[in-house]
Amino acid sequence: MTRTTPFHARTGPLCTSFAWKEWAGYAAVCNYDRHSEREYYAFRQTAGIIDMTPLSKLEVRGPDAGAFLARLWTRDIRRLPPGRVVYGAMCDGNGHVLDDGTVANLGKNHYRVSSNAPWLGWYLENARRFDVDITESAYDIGVLSIQGPLARDLLNPIVEADLDVMRFFGVRSTKIAGISGEVARTGYTGDLGFECWVANDDAPALWDAVLEAGKLYGAEPAGLDAMDVARIEAGFVLPGIDYISARDCVNETRKSTPDEAGLGWTVKLDREDWIGRDALVRERDRGGSKWLMVGLEVSWPDLEALYDEYKLPPHLAPCGCRETLPVYDQDGRQVGQATSSTWSPILKRYIAMAQVHRPFGGLGTRLKIEHTVEFERRQVTATVVEKPFYDPPQKTFTPKKLQKSAPNRKKGDA
Amino acid sequence: MSALGTAGKAWDAIVVGGGHNGLTAAAYLAKAGRKVLVLEKRHVLGGVACSEEVYPGFTYTVCSYVVSLLRPWIIRDLNLAQHGLRVIPLEASFTPQAEGPGLCRWPDPDMTRREIARLSPRDANVYPEFGRTMGRLARFVKPMIDTPPPDPASLRPSDLWQLLGLGRRFRELGDDLAALMFKLTTMGGVDFLKEWFESDQLMAPMSCSGIIGTFLGVSSPGTAYVLLHHYMGEIDGSSRAWGFPVGGTGGISEAIGRSAEAFGAEIRMEAPVAKILVNGGKTTGVVLENGDEIRGKTVVSGCEPTLTFLKMVGADNLPADFAGALRKYKCRGSSGKVNLALDRWVDFACRPGDGPHVRGDVAIAPSIDYLERAYDDAKYGDFSRRPYINAVFPSLLDRSMAPPGKHVVSCFVQYAPYDITEGPEHWPEKRDAFGDAVVDTLEEYMPGLKDAILHRQVLTPWDMEQEFGLTEGNIFHGELGLEQLMFQRPVAGWSRYRTPVKGLWLAASGAHPGGGVMAGPGALAAKAMLEARAV
Repeated sequence: MTRTTPFHARTGPLCTSFAWKEWAGYAAVCNYDRHSEREYYAFRQTAGIIDMTPLSKLEVRGPDAGAFLARLWTRDIRRLPPGRVVYGAMCDGNGHVLDDGTVANLGKNHYRVSSNAPWLGWYLENARRFDVDITESAYDIGVLSIQGPLARDLLNPIVEADLDVMRFFGVRSTKIAGISGEVARTGYTGDLGFECWVANDDAPALWDAVLEAGKLYGAEPAGLDAMDVARIEAGFVLPGIDYISARDCVNETRKSTPDEAGLGWTVKLDREDWIGRDALVRERDRGGSKWLMVGLEVSWPDLEALYDEYKLPPHLAPCGCRETLPVYDQDGRQVGQATSSTWSPILKRYIAMAQVHRPFGGLGTRLKIEHTVEFERRQVTATVVEKPFYDPPQKTFTPKKLQKSAPNRKKGDA
Repeated sequence: MSALGTAGKAWDAIVVGGGHNGLTAAAYLAKAGRKVLVLEKRHVLGGVACSEEVYPGFTYTVCSYVVSLLRPWIIRDLNLAQHGLRVIPLEASFTPQAEGPGLCRWPDPDMTRREIARLSPRDANVYPEFGRTMGRLARFVKPMIDTPPPDPASLRPSDLWQLLGLGRRFRELGDDLAALMFKLTTMGGVDFLKEWFESDQLMAPMSCSGIIGTFLGVSSPGTAYVLLHHYMGEIDGSSRAWGFPVGGTGGISEAIGRSAEAFGAEIRMEAPVAKILVNGGKTTGVVLENGDEIRGKTVVSGCEPTLTFLKMVGADNLPADFAGALRKYKCRGSSGKVNLALDRWVDFACRPGDGPHVRGDVAIAPSIDYLERAYDDAKYGDFSRRPYINAVFPSLLDRSMAPPGKHVVSCFVQYAPYDITEGPEHWPEKRDAFGDAVVDTLEEYMPGLKDAILHRQVLTPWDMEQEFGLTEGNIFHGELGLEQLMFQRPVAGWSRYRTPVKGLWLAASGAHPGGGVMAGPGALAAKAMLEARAV
């Protein structure tokens, strides 16, 4: 049976579209209204409020916690100071990506790992020579994400900590409208945004406080459909869509190394002794990965001309497309596939993320992508472009510098 | 003669007026490598498409306030998204009523059907069919707005070819639609709608789109055609009606201006042009109001035609028939604009809350008779005591327009005739009374509005003429009547952006495809100039 999140008492009645989908065993809202346009513009203009509870969460504690996580993740977690979060990937011994996610250092040798799938078994298996304690907290914590350019304005009055000094990828234990929890400056939309973690029982009160504070700023509850467009604009990959976790692949060819999954930038090969590193060194020495994850821009004039042949105006569904579309070279040979694509309302561009053979991954390479009109499969021009497609300055901008005399740390932090 | 300007710099083209069309022309010319100078009279960019912080903390989208037809190819060509252009789709069209919940038309056809069914179950069923039919007709008309108009009197192959294409598309419409097209071009809006619908409450707001910017009533012949423009809008590739530009329509002008500057154009603010210099039938540059002379062989007017030719060029420098035709050019202003800053949100009595129903346009058009009476006042030289108001609440769509919790209201108001009985120069004395009529009207639907008003800006047609150079305050640089469209705009035989003055080009709403924040005239004019190697 599908379970509900601790916010369900609030989100349920608001979801007038009855558009729900299953996400990690939970019922998650696709869009509250019949369309997701308002929710998308909330992410991009004001703030979208989205229930991210279904993300898997693990608590790792103990003297070896940092070293242990540094072995599992592509990032050197030992060097992650308290109050900071890092985004990275997790590989198997063959250098194939298992999952991606964030690790937050909450201080006192306590780390919280957020990722897509539950990994308790994998963690326990690899923890034998480490002095760590690992517990699954996914079912105890409600996560509310507030994403958009006004997220800070909205939260500052109700959050005890000063968010004006919190840098991109910072995290603090604090009180939100009197509720104890953690606030992290992270998110999945590529804009300014914060995630609030609170105990299940406090989730409805958190929802009420955030919505009330958001009224002044035009914040809106938002669902997964709107976030899907935003995350493609931000160039974020989604496991199960843009790459398949190595654990879930039936055959080897479907597995992806970090470069092939668009996660190569989280990998530092000069650091030794982490799972997958040796295989990735071998991959590098062979001349690099077979595939590359690239950004594509589909030519709108081409698309218009194509639709004109059918006497139709060009039409794209007003949401992200997760149907895999074949990508061809100029001679019509298939050289890859687009895994996520969308019309970007804010960029006014038709964009896609695609896995292509390495020789076709260079910026500016002209390719072709399949497009179906009136049941006929046709091709239009697509060009390799830089990711992220959308990268606004407020994503990383911090209004105030932290004063040295007032450290942004909890008591007891080393 | 040397083409050196006062600054010693040679300009390939001087653009008079930094409105959105002038800026678009400048951007296209600069993109093609030409040295372009834009001269803007005011301290803010955009002409009629401008946003100003008139009252501290509150940004008004001073005149124009929504966007529908901004051409997608122009957005692409000029990288406008990259330069900050953002358009938020309007969510609904709401018509409040004194009794009952009013009528809201939504993007979602099922919701709209339920709303209309309260008034007439029959109309609820016809409404989507009407939309589909108008959509098909719009597809016939639409290609015309993306190309210069064909000239039916010309025997040039390109004109004939274009006319042939038009004929072919017309044939493809089929007999039924072709007949409908004829009806559209000849009938009054209300009469046309009555062939489809029975509900007065539904037809009243629908008929309004036929009168905006014209000095006609909702039943006047020719107003049906303008209904079609409502079905031509497109945002993001899909056909959609209207959107609100972030930052107001000034946001669009700023984006186009940034694009022009990125391509190398120079924009000079507070540099009003007094005269366009003409010598021997050719332009030689412009003179600013401060007396500075800027020389150039090519001048592009982003201004209204009457202002451009009869004031800046002067009738003496024009062929008599051309000057005569311009004197007959219909520019009758019929609307005003009222912008309000509100201390708090004020509910509509018939449907409270600041939900999606007010995140679109709100039409004060309760009945056809109401609109007819509004026109009656205007016919005899007065503003409507109870006018048609098209209100938008920009601060609900773009929070940067007002401080948190506060709001701005943009009210397009019709009728406010330029030529009032007392004479147009007496408008300033009537300005407050006009503003009061608008606020009184709104107060009937939004009780408590008056108490919440922090600041009010009232623009009469006289103000629009004096401040923005709109002759007689006509918002479209001349009415969008059928007789002034296509190859007749602004003057028959001169619809291709060229003018009788050699080197002077017209690149604003007084040229094809006409008014509205669509940037079509600016872009098509620049393309025509480049094609003709005139610059």
